[in-house]
Amino acid sequence: MLSFEPYGNPTYFALLGVALLPLMIGLLYGKRSRLYETLISIFFLVLTFGGPKWTQGIALIIYILYEVMLTWGYAVYRKQKNSGPVFYLMVILAILPLTVVKVTPAVENGQASLIGFLGISYLTFRAVQTMMETRDGTLKDYQVMTFLQFMLFFPTISSGPIDRYRRFEKDYRSVPDRATYLGMVQKGVRYIFVGFMYKFLLAYYFGSILMPKLQVMAMHSRGGFMDLSWPVLGYMYAYSADLFFDFAGYSLFAVGTSYLMGIATPMNFKQPWRSPNIKDFWNRWHITLSFWFRDFIYMRLVFWFMKHRVFKSPRTTANVTYIINMLVMGFWHGVTWYYITYGLFHGVALVINDAWLRYKKKHRQSVPHNRFTQLFAIFLTANLVCFSFLIFSGFLNTLWFTK
Amino acid sequence: MDVKETVLSILSDLTGNDVSGAMDDNLFDSGLLDSMGSVQLLLQLQSQLGVNVPVSEFERSEWDTPNKIVKKVESLA
Repeated sequence: MLSFEPYGNPTYFALLGVALLPLMIGLLYGKRSRLYETLISIFFLVLTFGGPKWTQGIALIIYILYEVMLTWGYAVYRKQKNSGPVFYLMVILAILPLTVVKVTPAVENGQASLIGFLGISYLTFRAVQTMMETRDGTLKDYQVMTFLQFMLFFPTISSGPIDRYRRFEKDYRSVPDRATYLGMVQKGVRYIFVGFMYKFLLAYYFGSILMPKLQVMAMHSRGGFMDLSWPVLGYMYAYSADLFFDFAGYSLFAVGTSYLMGIATPMNFKQPWRSPNIKDFWNRWHITLSFWFRDFIYMRLVFWFMKHRVFKSPRTTANVTYIINMLVMGFWHGVTWYYITYGLFHGVALVINDAWLRYKKKHRQSVPHNRFTQLFAIFLTANLVCFSFLIFSGFLNTLWFTK
Repeated sequence: MDVKETVLSILSDLTGNDVSGAMDDNLFDSGLLDSMGSVQLLLQLQSQLGVNVPVSEFERSEWDTPNKIVKKVESLA
């Protein structure tokens, strides 16, 4: 049986084109066929999770039923009552499968958990977000069918972008007028073609040609201070370029495909290498993830800390929450020393960044601000980010701890 | 004090700037507000005006200028 990585090869794109054509003609004539959308969703889900990967498919089905039960149950409950402990319990239960999947390799010598499947994190983000908005009362009209469509929307199922229930629902329940839709098609097609260049040319070059060579060279040049060498530096840049082009390329495919289906899934990248500081970098890099963390972890924690006056000053509150927020992000990537260090690195970087911005605001007269300082800021930020990606890559683990 | 005045005084406390002369400037783009500032704003609105805004109601694009914030608060007060 056929089986594909989403957007993995030309056949996948050919099938995608054929499957989307009737849907696109429908949208052009102002019609959205739920039945057809559901059928092609199932078709592509089977392609991704069927055949040799059928165990993942089963895991996905059980997971979805479990999350539907929780979110639906909570939505019904929330109409009657609103107790804090019940809400926390539900969130913990919703995160439980993901936690098991993330912790299993760390305690079972790298063995993957049986309940895992491609995209479980991204689905968990969507489910938890739905629950939190139900708790706040911002999401009042929870519908099981919409929730299912939202969770199983096939263009973004494996790695995001992470949409929001209410935003998705708005698009999904309506049909864009013809002019708007034609604009979306134009954008969608362009995104997909830029995606081809990113993923199949640039990411391929950096990831599959350059990186392995540099890796071998770096391993041969061990022995110096912390085993560092020029090839390690080269690896750092090649890995960063690969990470960006691979993920941005994938995201362009996912967003482009969504657009063709008349759903304006939010963008994931916005010229991240132009960021003048780390704070701004997180507004431009893996945006739907960092905004998810901002809205559902950072802001909520800050709100809670300040309301209960846990820390004396707002500054301390912000700093502690930065560290917690980024550490959680680190743990989410996986329970290894390098993911956690990566999270800590960015947490500390945000704290320093904020202190610097405050200093700059206070001493506006004496801190120079010109074209050169701007370029220097961009250069410094990009290099700090690349260094954090070197930690993230796990290559230092190979460099230091393998024979 | 009416809603507008209260909102402006909260904003000037939070940002350290008098924003009444730039009612349509984007507070996030200029760096005057960030997530931390947003939460402080929500808490102040709660304590000074009794307006309850849950964090998930805070859609940045609807709260990014003094004018938009005043309008939003007036609609909720």
